[in-house]
Amino acid sequence: MNVIKNKPVTTTCPFCGVGCNLELHIKDNFIYKVTAPFDSVVNKGNLCVKGRFGYDFIYNKRRILSPLIRKTPQKPGARFQAFNLDEWREVSWDEALDYTAKRLVEIYQRDGSNAMAVYCCAKATNEDNYLLQKLFRALFRTNNVDHCTRLCHAGSVVALQKAIGSAAMSNTAAEIMETDVFIITGSNTTETHPIISIQMKAAIEKNGAKLIVVDPRRIEMVNYATLWLAEKPGSDVAVFSGMAHVILKENLYNKEFIDTRTENFQNFSKAMEKFTPEYVESITGVEKDKIIQAARLYANAKRGAIYWALGISQSTHGTDNAHSLINLALLTGHVGKRGTGLNPLRGQNNVQGASDAGAMPWHYPGYQEVDDEQSALIFEKAWNIEPGGLNRKKGLTTTEILSNAHPGGVRSLYIMGENPMMTEPNLNAAHKHMQELEFVVCQDLFINESGAYADVFLPATTFAEKDGTFTNTDRRVQRVRKAIEPLGNARPDWQIISDLAKRIEKLLGRPNSAYWDYSHPEEIMDEFGTVVPSYRGIKYARIEKTGLQTPVVDENHPGTPFLYAESFPIGKAKFFPLDFRPIDEGADKDFPLILNTGRVLEHWHGGTLTRNSWLDDLNSQALVEINPVDAETYNINHLDVVKVQSRRGEIVLRANVTQKTIAGVVFIPFHFAEAAANFLTNDALDPEALIPEFKACAVKIEKVAEDLLPTKQPYLPRGRY
Amino acid sequence: MTDTVKLKINHQEIECDQDLTILQAARSVGVNIPTICYHDHCTANALCRMCVVEVKGARTLVASCVAKVSEGMEVETHNERVTRSRKTILEMMLSTSDLSQSPELLEMASEYDADHDRFGDAERRSPALIDDNSMFVRDYEKCILCWRCVQVCAEDAQYAFAINFKGRGYHTQISTFYEKPLPESTCVFCGQCIGVCPTEALKPKRQWLLELGYESDQIMQMTRNERSKKTKKPQTSTAVK
Repeated sequence: MNVIKNKPVTTTCPFCGVGCNLELHIKDNFIYKVTAPFDSVVNKGNLCVKGRFGYDFIYNKRRILSPLIRKTPQKPGARFQAFNLDEWREVSWDEALDYTAKRLVEIYQRDGSNAMAVYCCAKATNEDNYLLQKLFRALFRTNNVDHCTRLCHAGSVVALQKAIGSAAMSNTAAEIMETDVFIITGSNTTETHPIISIQMKAAIEKNGAKLIVVDPRRIEMVNYATLWLAEKPGSDVAVFSGMAHVILKENLYNKEFIDTRTENFQNFSKAMEKFTPEYVESITGVEKDKIIQAARLYANAKRGAIYWALGISQSTHGTDNAHSLINLALLTGHVGKRGTGLNPLRGQNNVQGASDAGAMPWHYPGYQEVDDEQSALIFEKAWNIEPGGLNRKKGLTTTEILSNAHPGGVRSLYIMGENPMMTEPNLNAAHKHMQELEFVVCQDLFINESGAYADVFLPATTFAEKDGTFTNTDRRVQRVRKAIEPLGNARPDWQIISDLAKRIEKLLGRPNSAYWDYSHPEEIMDEFGTVVPSYRGIKYARIEKTGLQTPVVDENHPGTPFLYAESFPIGKAKFFPLDFRPIDEGADKDFPLILNTGRVLEHWHGGTLTRNSWLDDLNSQALVEINPVDAETYNINHLDVVKVQSRRGEIVLRANVTQKTIAGVVFIPFHFAEAAANFLTNDALDPEALIPEFKACAVKIEKVAEDLLPTKQPYLPRGRY
Repeated sequence: MTDTVKLKINHQEIECDQDLTILQAARSVGVNIPTICYHDHCTANALCRMCVVEVKGARTLVASCVAKVSEGMEVETHNERVTRSRKTILEMMLSTSDLSQSPELLEMASEYDADHDRFGDAERRSPALIDDNSMFVRDYEKCILCWRCVQVCAEDAQYAFAINFKGRGYHTQISTFYEKPLPESTCVFCGQCIGVCPTEALKPKRQWLLELGYESDQIMQMTRNERSKKTKKPQTSTAVK
């Protein structure tokens, strides 16, 4: 037995938005162990299963380590998926990049900027995202730039920006220990943000903090809750407006805060009059007493904090849902102090950073609006573009990019690290749109369900093979360090993008270069800081050990642990009067159950990383959770194979008969390609945020023969909650 | 302003916060008391007794990781009685457990001049290695029952409560309830336990395979069954370094 002793490399976890600090232990370019520093402010030595064990995708034999071009030329309308390497030709980087540049420029010169589109990536670094949006904006003059934030927190972002002027999490996860009343809603915190959940458990168990869970699922945090409001899916506005009604009626609101820090209170309180506990109970299924108790508990808290995730935003009224939470915080003044706040938990390691970096169709980096003349001028100057050169028109969102894939619309799509063929709603429609594209580039680690459609595959490096920064859910910009040499011919994303941009710029014959000669990501961050004021003080030398929380306005600024102590970015925060609207597709005679979707602890989003990891051994197949009451109605036993069908598609998987989901609602995680929940989900959109309603659609369920099960993996029993 | 107390540590007069333990007070003046089960991020339990010190007037040696300072206390951290006690603890540990991958403990053993064979005819604790999942192995032959893993699995971090003591006295061992395989316990595979294990009794699977002599390529080519279940030692002798 040879004991290995090497100095580990510290870096930032590539999974959820918590941004845990990792120490990678390496021997001969092989990471064999991950630990966490006990002095880390973020995770204090703790990790979850993904951070601790889930890094082996780096070495998975299916990983693509050489650029590939499809052997069969793909035609719009007849594009097909190629998972098998036999259908691809290994090529040099020069050939892959020359080919990509040529095809993109051909399409741009023929059809103009509207034909171009790009998905940036919430898993890639700030530097990678900044460069990719720069490439498409500066060279192809398009704002068709988006990433998966559209599919996760768009509702929260729009509401927060309208109500207070900034969309980030207002407080720091480390302040959880100071909170005395939590509301968790639409977040299965123990599985999606495990390190934040253990801090909450400690606050509850050690400090006596109280927890209110508002969720249709009996998630693990319910075990720690004082109150569980088991609402019907999509009835969030009613629950939280009902609480506001009680707070107003019982005079539990913070008058001083409302007078000095907010506006539109009168209209709001009028709109809340109808949300009596009786009315709310009739809509939401939550007993009126629980609404009253929850309202009193939260309003009387010294430091009340609201934590939410996609259960709030992924709805056709996701913006309203988020407004209903913001209204509650403004009503009680539980914002702008330590241990309080409005805290949307971001699902991906760098979804905050990718948004900050301008990977969005309506904003340049730093949320500067594309249709604002002053903002455009700033970026024209920064990128050496002639005045008026940048496109002033708002671009298409993630979902719109695909639905506009037709002649006269979007013709080419560049995908960095995303997997829309798993994460878009109504996948059958999404596949058809994808097939309509004329040219598809994928820059990723594996040929996933989306990469299989590509003409060119550009193999990127993993987080452990490149330098850069991630911005976590509480706005902390942290270093990502190159710990091992890139495997095979894989290259860091920022290098791929710079090399491609130079080729495109040459083909276009632009008189001035937007500048692509970076020798290290640090130089990209410096450029980023010159155009984004909240990152101006972020310098690699300052975040060597501990990340800084944005805004960091200059090189001496210490960072900002919690926001809005003095004022809101828009001055006075706005109350929004709300009305209850039902979900787009309610249950009916033909489709009597509501489908809820979400994540499991061991997997992550489209599964490109975790399903190519040994993590899959712990959770290798999709299960549909169904309440025992419904199971009896449809004659389904635990682990029976069932078909779940919506108006848009059907999948076959095993049933998990459990009280974790309430009667009338079934739950399916969306990570599993062989039973992808998004074949069923509804692509109806929130009118403002354009986020689809992933969390509720009508389905039916029936028992089918065992041999129809698409996976051959045996079911492994697990004892965890 | 918290109340302070005056005490003597190794005849040196110090003044410190009254809430400190003797261990913390000693560290604050640069006196290093050795510890084994103690971890800065776990609740101190005074299990290993390595941190004992002599307090004037006390009948027995006192575990400094839990004993608080008090006014007028006179503490000796390294006198003969204390040193002999520590030496015996290490010798007992050496006689029962495999400390070959615990360099810090071995260093302590040599510092205290511990005789590896003092209890040479003692029965060694050598339970079979438990390999029941793809994430990590549990080799309780190396376990010294410091209890850190149980604590971080419970209120010190994870609140998963998947493991605890089984058996009594000499036959005490860390285990899941009813010795269920880890995946069937309440374990969430956070690995907090690995992070605090002082003896490498808990080891990530890929590290363990690497140390057995597998090449990284061989490890990554393993099938799901090979890596989830008991894995045999590599066939070729050349692979073993």
